[in-house]
Amino acid sequence: MLFKQLSFIGLLLCSLTFYAQDYFPKNDGVQSKNNNYTVFKNATIHTSPTETIKKGTLVVRDGKVVSVGKNVNAPANAIVIDLDGKSIYPSFIDIYSDFGIEKPKRPSGGGRTAQYEGSREGYYWNDHIRAEQEALGSFKYDSKKAKEYVAAGFAVVNTHLHDGIARGTGMLVALNTEGDDASRILDASSGNHFSFDKSVTSRQSYPGSIMGKTALLRQVYHDADWYGKGNVPTKDLTLEAVNKNKDMVQIFEGSGLYDALRIDKIGDEFGVNYLIVGGGDEYKRIDEVKALNRTFILPLKFPDAYDMENPYNASYVSLEDMRGWNQAPTNPKVLTDNNVNFALTTFSHKSPKDFKDHLMKAIKYGLSKEKALSALTTIPAQLIGQSDKVGSLKDGAWANFMITSGDIFDKDTDVYEHWVQGNKTVLKDMSIKNIDGKYNVTVAGKTYELTVENSMEKKPKATLKKGEDKVPSEFSYSDGWMNLTFADGDKQFTRLVSNVSDGLSGKAILPSGAEQSFAASRTGDAKEDKEDDDKDKEEKEITVMPMTYPNIAFGFKEKPKQEDMLFKNVTLWTNEAEGIIENTDVLVKDGKISAIGSNLKAGRATVIDGTGKHLTAGIIDEHSHIAAFSINEGGQNSSAEVRMADAVDPDDIDIYRNLAGGVTAIQLLHGSANPIGGQSAVMKLKWGSSIDDMVLEDKKFIKFALGENVKQSNWESYSRFPQTRMGVQQLFVDYFQRAKEYEDKKKSGQPYRVDEELETIVDILNQERAISCHSYVQSEINMLMKVAESFNFRVNTFTHILEGYKVADKMKEHGVGASTFSDWWAYKYEVNDAIPYNAAIMHKEGVTVAINSDDGEMSRRLNQEAAKSVKYGDVSEEDAWKFVTLNPAKLLHMDDKVGSVKVGKDADLVLWTDNPLSIKARAEKTIIEGTVYFDMERDAQMREEIEQEKNKLTTMMLAEKNKGLKVTEPKKKDKQHLHCDTLETIH
Amino acid sequence: MRNIQKYIVLSLLLGTFAMTYAQQTPAPKQTEPFSIVGATAHIGNGEIIENAIIYIEDGKIKSIKPASGVNEVFQYKVIDAKGKHVYPGFIATNTTLGLIEVGAVRASNDDDEIGAFNPHIRSLIAYNAESKVVESMRPNGVLMAQTRPQGGDISGTSSVVQLDAWNWEDAAYKADDGVFLNWPNSMRRGRWWLGEEPGFKPNKDYQEDIDKVKSFFKNASAFSKAKDATDKNLPFAAMEGVFNGTQRLYIQANAEREILDAIAFAKAMNISKPVLVGGYQAYKVVEKLKAANMPVIVQRVQDLPAMDDHDYDLPYRLPKLLADAGVMVALGYDGEYWQARNLPFYAGQVTQFGMSDEDALKMITSNAAKILGIDKTTGTLEVGKDATLFISEGNALDMRGNKISKAYIQGRDISLETHQTELWKRYSEKYARD
Repeated sequence: MLFKQLSFIGLLLCSLTFYAQDYFPKNDGVQSKNNNYTVFKNATIHTSPTETIKKGTLVVRDGKVVSVGKNVNAPANAIVIDLDGKSIYPSFIDIYSDFGIEKPKRPSGGGRTAQYEGSREGYYWNDHIRAEQEALGSFKYDSKKAKEYVAAGFAVVNTHLHDGIARGTGMLVALNTEGDDASRILDASSGNHFSFDKSVTSRQSYPGSIMGKTALLRQVYHDADWYGKGNVPTKDLTLEAVNKNKDMVQIFEGSGLYDALRIDKIGDEFGVNYLIVGGGDEYKRIDEVKALNRTFILPLKFPDAYDMENPYNASYVSLEDMRGWNQAPTNPKVLTDNNVNFALTTFSHKSPKDFKDHLMKAIKYGLSKEKALSALTTIPAQLIGQSDKVGSLKDGAWANFMITSGDIFDKDTDVYEHWVQGNKTVLKDMSIKNIDGKYNVTVAGKTYELTVENSMEKKPKATLKKGEDKVPSEFSYSDGWMNLTFADGDKQFTRLVSNVSDGLSGKAILPSGAEQSFAASRTGDAKEDKEDDDKDKEEKEITVMPMTYPNIAFGFKEKPKQEDMLFKNVTLWTNEAEGIIENTDVLVKDGKISAIGSNLKAGRATVIDGTGKHLTAGIIDEHSHIAAFSINEGGQNSSAEVRMADAVDPDDIDIYRNLAGGVTAIQLLHGSANPIGGQSAVMKLKWGSSIDDMVLEDKKFIKFALGENVKQSNWESYSRFPQTRMGVQQLFVDYFQRAKEYEDKKKSGQPYRVDEELETIVDILNQERAISCHSYVQSEINMLMKVAESFNFRVNTFTHILEGYKVADKMKEHGVGASTFSDWWAYKYEVNDAIPYNAAIMHKEGVTVAINSDDGEMSRRLNQEAAKSVKYGDVSEEDAWKFVTLNPAKLLHMDDKVGSVKVGKDADLVLWTDNPLSIKARAEKTIIEGTVYFDMERDAQMREEIEQEKNKLTTMMLAEKNKGLKVTEPKKKDKQHLHCDTLETIH
Repeated sequence: MRNIQKYIVLSLLLGTFAMTYAQQTPAPKQTEPFSIVGATAHIGNGEIIENAIIYIEDGKIKSIKPASGVNEVFQYKVIDAKGKHVYPGFIATNTTLGLIEVGAVRASNDDDEIGAFNPHIRSLIAYNAESKVVESMRPNGVLMAQTRPQGGDISGTSSVVQLDAWNWEDAAYKADDGVFLNWPNSMRRGRWWLGEEPGFKPNKDYQEDIDKVKSFFKNASAFSKAKDATDKNLPFAAMEGVFNGTQRLYIQANAEREILDAIAFAKAMNISKPVLVGGYQAYKVVEKLKAANMPVIVQRVQDLPAMDDHDYDLPYRLPKLLADAGVMVALGYDGEYWQARNLPFYAGQVTQFGMSDEDALKMITSNAAKILGIDKTTGTLEVGKDATLFISEGNALDMRGNKISKAYIQGRDISLETHQTELWKRYSEKYARD
């Protein structure tokens, strides 16, 4: 049992501390070089995960393997250890650790006001880029932690300072408890590290979001390149380090699946082959993970079951979390099955000793033992380029190995000794004999039945019986001696003592004081076999719930497929010159609208009776913040470089809820924390698909914002420019001017520093990226149009635009569209004059008007919000309907494909139970490109299945608690619904 | 001369200011009787009278009946409402109307007092009868509202107001109708400042939190029995009506367990008129609610489900689930104060699931009146009740039909103009000039 109680840990100094050719003076005695060999013979030697030598010999000297093989002769000057019946395994390597590195401290004090500037000189402008850090500088060998690692089977760790987004170099350390750093440090710069976590040592606010972090890293690579070419007259030690370390192995820590996708993208863009530290949830989208073709470093921390005893508390646990407990242990197996290469790490555990249970669980859930061993030995060795030194037992490699009683991944196996660089740590004394079993003990003519259990443990247990009666007894077993005292009758003590070398027989001291020998004959095992079998059987029966797309409640069992459909006899809202056509047929083929007319032939298409129902184009929400991990990069007054596509959460249930409200596409906008926000992700809501399949990459938009939010008027912040609308205008002029100059330089053929932010703004000037600008009052609306005109481009859309009705004529003239709330107002000072007639007035003045949500709840009933334009301002039903379909399609430059029902356009359709503007209307089917993503009937079925599955998992968790396994208290997902002004997501 | 010019400019400015910023002047008392003729009258109790004649005098409905078919002769003014619909004024419960003017401007917020047990804090005192938000309710048919303080364990005492008044005294329809208690939560967000993990976890202090509430109630009850209270305790004294049954106790609770605990609490404390507010999971305990004779003011209908696993339409259907089981339901508005004008559409939303328009209407008229204890005088179009009603072009529960041409509060012909309609007209005129 590799990981049984490790209470026997004792450290014995071995004779093999190594002495190479010394160049150190010695003043405390004579030179005493030990050139003897240590020879381990007759062992089953696993030299690597794939190679085993039976009855093999391992020869070790100076901490290294001299030879290993079947027919190896022991040198004359050798200490020989006979390991007959025992096994030797190469030691494990933890490739991702913070061993021996002092945790950096958060600076104390500091106010609530954000810090925008960096705090270092001679380094990169952003404090969270710390590529110049070297693990060696903050390394101090931690012998306590080292012992924990050694006891858990690890001989070598790859450690670094876990602080910052670029974290600098790590080091490879052997956990040689008796050596010194001179022997322990195998490689002082063993890799270059990255993460998405900011440095705790700085309060610099940028980057404050996941998209900001990815954008910053991209810029760092550009800057390093620029610096490396000698274009910067001053010193930047950070960028120097980035360039210096780029040929090392690059390790990037993510916190899960979606970080991995982001890391991969950065890697692709800059040609870096990152090793990705995973999150353990890769199984959820294994096809996408497989397609990355990256190698992972996997933590093995599986969630505990939840305590479901209290049904009220239990009801807060989501299906997603319940499945996480059930499915996560399959992650290593799933990755193996899909040929995704990985090494394992103890990183997510508080102590390496907690790793064991999780590894055994992974094996129970299908991880092969061979893969487990290689993921802990040869793979990490290879990943850090040290295969010749660590990870396997071969000539010249470090003598890092374990001696076990058998299969290292068998729960009953004992690990006796762990040798690191030739130094031995005893985990369990292998000279102790296992005396577990049932014995017949005959003393003074009487026969007793003795049962001994756990004799290899610190507290062995023994029971003594005479016939059926239990006899009171005291038992001890240590240092090879057994003592048993029992009282057969009142105070009639008999003492037995035995050196167990020859069975349990020995000397008995009778109550009378007389001494005589006693005999003990073994009759069988201590435990009944049947019991063991039952347990084994139970453990083999593992139920793993099937995955869904996505893997949360209301995910699909199978990815929905495109189908051909014929809608018969519907009322069709075309949004075209034909207007609303009653009793018509619509044929959908290959994801497109193929025909509209009467009595269309179905062919192979599924026929859907639309009698009494209405068919429309799908709703498009011009202003949405669903499906995002983060909304605002407010760390700077411009964040044009950030991309919302880097922050898409494809598993957000609000996608499904939007579909249930007839929404087929959204613009995921950056928030309004700064005047120049980030690049939008225009998405089709293909629930269960990958981010790449949802995001329309050719739709290039950017969020701008005006007014109270960008002035930071409604929270305590006075240090960031601009604080007034006057400043906002100057900020825009400044950025557009700089972008113009940047482009001039670029065009001139001179060398230039690639600036992600200005590149984006240049696109705006060239009308290649369109602005959707958050706006409220008329002065600022007018202002931005004038600024744009002075730079010869046009604003595409004003979003919110609550005072648009005051300048509708100017908007019409400028050619800008409007995407507004139907009736929101009063929530802050700048919306005092917001009126629900806004849409109607702008529409009447010829502005392209859309109605948007900015809200995950409202977005799923935008049909009703459109209907409010009928009430407020008497817009016709047909035009009102365009406010949420064709017009937002126009504003998002996608009306060539969607927004109306026209032959040749995408089949993004909604079948409604009623007139879509009616308060009674519900979406019955929502279709994107011919695939049904929402279906009322399927929804009803899913509700039942969710209940059933939760019930099953609850029962399984209750059983887990019953078995005495660890359970954790129920937890409810702390979901934050995001809006424009949401500054931070909850962890 | 220059001075005169100045005055002219000033008066013009004032005029403009007055036009866009002043509130609508409250309507005078009804002096003349009148009849509304030919409309479909939605009584508010589930019934309809087609082609109705409603006769209104002294602010009351004196008669309501179907037209006889023979030529009626009317002695007084007649409002022709042929093809239109008449509804009782909608009553918005559980709002903060008149207490917050501009959400982000702290100076304009009067909804949340400090302190845990605040029954003595009365919403009526801060109710701004001239709020622009209040007047914006009326063109949607919301003519009366319950306004309540927020925050704390006991937020304070609510009042029912009518929405066309000079001041709060004038507005009060039923002053101090009840006390709002926020039931403790059995789940709580990890308090990071105490080093707790984020996320919602069971609240270990839940029972203790309940005990604090109980202790306050017991003390308040004991205080009310004191013969000569020399040291008057304002919070305790403010609870008296809750104990003697002249005031409601509104208990805000959403999860099943909290609701069950709240029901048991109300019984243990001998609360004669408890009302459940929120009730997200009330549909799981309908039998207990009925046994306790506890009506429900449900949470905002147009809301997101509380958990990923919950049906997307659960908040939409919730009122129907309760009503079908026989629980008395009114619709409240616990969201953004200015959104209370969408109350009719919340009722409309429920009709998506098969509740009839007339049953849905009850939830914002007669049921609301019963729960608030004002049903003797208002909430339906019945003889003897207040003529608080409006005329709509179509189905007032649907955005397209909710177009209101006339509205009356106690017979007073109130203005349907607002700050917003004035801006609409002003800018429509601007573009008409071009």
